[in-house]
Amino acid sequence: MYFPPRPFCPKCACRDVSVFAASGKATLWSYVIHHRPMPGFKPPYSIAVVQLEEGPRMMTNIVECEQTPEALQLDMPLQVTFTPVSDDISLPHFKPAEG
Amino acid sequence: MKPKSIAIVGAAETTQMGRIPDVGQSQLHCDAALNAMKDAGLKPGDIDGIATAGDSPTNLALMLGITPRWVDGTSVGGCSFMLHVRHAAAAINEGLCDTVLITHGESGRSNVGRGGMGGRGGASLAAQFEMPYGPMGPPTLFTIPVMRYLKQYGVTEEQLAMVAVVQREWAAKNPRASHKDPITVDDVLSSKMIAYPFRKLMCCLVTDGGGALILTKAERAKDFPQKPVYILGTGESVETPMVSQMEDFTSSKAFRVSGKKAFDEAGIGVGDVDHLMIYDAFAHLPLYGLEDLGFCDRGQAASFIWERNTAPGGKLPLNTNGGGLSYMHSGMYGMYALQESVRQMRGIAPAQVDGAKISVAHGVGGMFAASGTVIMTNEA
Repeated sequence: MYFPPRPFCPKCACRDVSVFAASGKATLWSYVIHHRPMPGFKPPYSIAVVQLEEGPRMMTNIVECEQTPEALQLDMPLQVTFTPVSDDISLPHFKPAEG
Repeated sequence: MKPKSIAIVGAAETTQMGRIPDVGQSQLHCDAALNAMKDAGLKPGDIDGIATAGDSPTNLALMLGITPRWVDGTSVGGCSFMLHVRHAAAAINEGLCDTVLITHGESGRSNVGRGGMGGRGGASLAAQFEMPYGPMGPPTLFTIPVMRYLKQYGVTEEQLAMVAVVQREWAAKNPRASHKDPITVDDVLSSKMIAYPFRKLMCCLVTDGGGALILTKAERAKDFPQKPVYILGTGESVETPMVSQMEDFTSSKAFRVSGKKAFDEAGIGVGDVDHLMIYDAFAHLPLYGLEDLGFCDRGQAASFIWERNTAPGGKLPLNTNGGGLSYMHSGMYGMYALQESVRQMRGIAPAQVDGAKISVAHGVGGMFAASGTVIMTNEA
């Protein structure tokens, strides 16, 4: 299992690989809270790396959550939520897991 | 070049040729590399040197799963690969690495994924998998791993701030430093918030400047007017063009590989080092550097700095020019770290370390993407 995607395995160079749907569950691995202006974003906003339940880590934003160090605790459980940004593209964002 | 000392043992082209509209340029590099490794009967773990033009060696290292000890991104046009062969031969003969992979891939007709895979251009991994989340350059990317480091080792924001405080003390001794006025931990923590937990005084300066070095054989050095500074050991590596894909957020693999190679080549241990430069684009870099080079145990670097071991009068003078945080930082600061090591070895630094005989200059490239280490001495 690896990320980012490529049509071969970076461990063994084998080309016999396939794509599967991940669970969408993750935990908060690390982040910053950006306080400077950025087109398309409303500061302060988190730029985070999450660890997927399946193992790989990826960059994302933590949404539906206060953008403070108190609200953003490392290792907190998260759930994916897809945010449409164009007709063709939805971004995987993560929000605090319920319950 | 020593004749017949080096052999080519794997060679292959891409699986398809001609018009390939469904394969991007980076994958053309990888496809050719996979075919060449198969031709040679090798796996990615068997390769310890990479050279390429038209793509970034850092990108190749991540995508192909290679941990290189030698990297060449020389890009001077279509003959770059001839230069790579020559540089690789010298590197293997010198013991810098054992097995080098040289790749080419170019979507010259279909124009798919061209333009700086290793950079932040439109086709790059970063553009696809990091830029959509709103990072604005190094202050928001280089800094991302540090919350994991702080939690893992129980290090405080005050300790992180102390890195900047101590470096300002060194800068105060340097007439050429951009900022020389003393600062406190409170000053750092109350400076403008950039990207939590990083305040402005934890981030490097943005200045203009430059530097240059001239090297020749040691035996010729006596013919020159200045006191010679000898290269004792060197190391290099690359890990990932995306900080989000660092293997360990509390340690840089590129730092560890580069540092170990340099110390092994030099035949010295950390206890032999009189003076140290660690590229400090941000306040956490010296923490990672001190630990990854072996000067401190895991999680101990912040206390080491807090206890003034790296400050003026301490046992390990670190970033004695004031560093990127207070001296200057034009964007590619590694040159200034080297310049300060040379000054210290010549005995002419503004904050001269008395009797210093061995200096280590350790650099970072990109956001923990790459690393280079140079160990110098003034003893022939």
